Amino acid sequence: MFGQANVLAAGQAAFPPSVEDFYLPSILPWGAHDSYWFTKITAMVWVAVGILIIFFLATYRKPQLVPTKKQWLAESIYGFVRNNIAVDMIGHAGVRFAPYFTTLFCFVLLTNFFAIVPLFQISPNSHIAFPAFLAVISYVLFNYVGIRHHGFVKYFKNSLIPPAPWYILPLLIPIEFFSTFLVRPFSLAVRLFANMFAGHMLLLVFTLGGFAMLSANAWLAPVSVLSWVMTIALTFLEFLVICLQAYVFTVLTASYVQGALADEH
Amino acid sequence: MYLLAAEGGESTHNPIIPIWQEIVVGGIAFILLCIVLMKFVFPRMEQTFQARVDAIEGGIKRAEAAQAEANQLLEQYRAQLAEARTDAAKIRDDARADAEGIRQDILAKAREESDRIIAAGKEQLAAERATIVRELRTEVGTIAVDLASKIVGESLADEARRKGTVDRFLSDLESAGAR
Repeated sequence: MFGQANVLAAGQAAFPPSVEDFYLPSILPWGAHDSYWFTKITAMVWVAVGILIIFFLATYRKPQLVPTKKQWLAESIYGFVRNNIAVDMIGHAGVRFAPYFTTLFCFVLLTNFFAIVPLFQISPNSHIAFPAFLAVISYVLFNYVGIRHHGFVKYFKNSLIPPAPWYILPLLIPIEFFSTFLVRPFSLAVRLFANMFAGHMLLLVFTLGGFAMLSANAWLAPVSVLSWVMTIALTFLEFLVICLQAYVFTVLTASYVQGALADEH
Repeated sequence: MYLLAAEGGESTHNPIIPIWQEIVVGGIAFILLCIVLMKFVFPRMEQTFQARVDAIEGGIKRAEAAQAEANQLLEQYRAQLAEARTDAAKIRDDARADAEGIRQDILAKAREESDRIIAAGKEQLAAERATIVRELRTEVGTIAVDLASKIVGESLADEARRKGTVDRFLSDLESAGAR
């Protein structure tokens, strides 16, 4: 971040932005390029976790039957995920997954949201490590739930053998296996990562592009302004993507759990 | 570009390969978040929701009970009122009947009394008349005898004949009067 700011101030913006712009120097040790324990990205993850823990613990320290405004807000978030995702997708049995889904939703939403918060301006989810970890949890969760509900053999029979004529099964079973057990966690992780990665890249392109044009030729200043206006417009688009991807990640996890619990294929 | 960066002494990054340190840090942070929220916050929210549902349902139940009780009381009061009305009507009817009876009694008694008085008067009159007739009869006998003895100048010594004569005479008088 500071490096970029210096570059911008010096009027020598590196354009076009590259993948390396996502990998900022380490904070501790300061400026190291191959140390990842304490970077801006990991710091943001801790900040997100801290904000969520403090918010929920503070608002729900003394719950009341008639909620205060903050309590109402916290309950609305939980109620939204509980009723509109968990119960809608899974049915009444979904209530017991609602706490995890809400935690997941809040975490993804807040870490995504850092992408457009001034000074943060990059989402940890644009590093695939975090979406990948969440996707692995979802993967383990739905398989575990399915095996516990149906038993090992019946679960795999349910998820691998679709109700189809026997002669098509040799074709269908590998496809089912591939889509359910191989692609799911991967697609889940990549979808979130790619959206946040692309969003950040877009904002970088239009912001740095404005500086690049300005430093290339003073007559291009109006185009630079247009570029920055585009940045603002894209920030709104990015906000939409942020909410949508947090929702999609949670809904897909719920859908996988529902599929694992379903009796019929 | 990667090659250039590599030659520049910078480590290159492939964005699709996760950095294991970030997985560790992100994993620890997320699991910490999960533990805190899923253990201390959301179960209490469920409890609060449940308590709220209970409170509302309890409130509705209490209200329904109160309503039912009120309805029952209303019915009871209505029944009592109706009963009181019939009682009052009955009492009025009874009173009216009593009054009529009393009036009839009084009238009957008065009529009886007047009859009795009239009868007593008549009786008295008859008795007086009889007394007077008897007295008159004796007196008329004496006077007639006196008159006859004065006229005839002779004293009729025979009591029995005299009595028979006088009675015959009076009978003749009465039958003449009756005719």
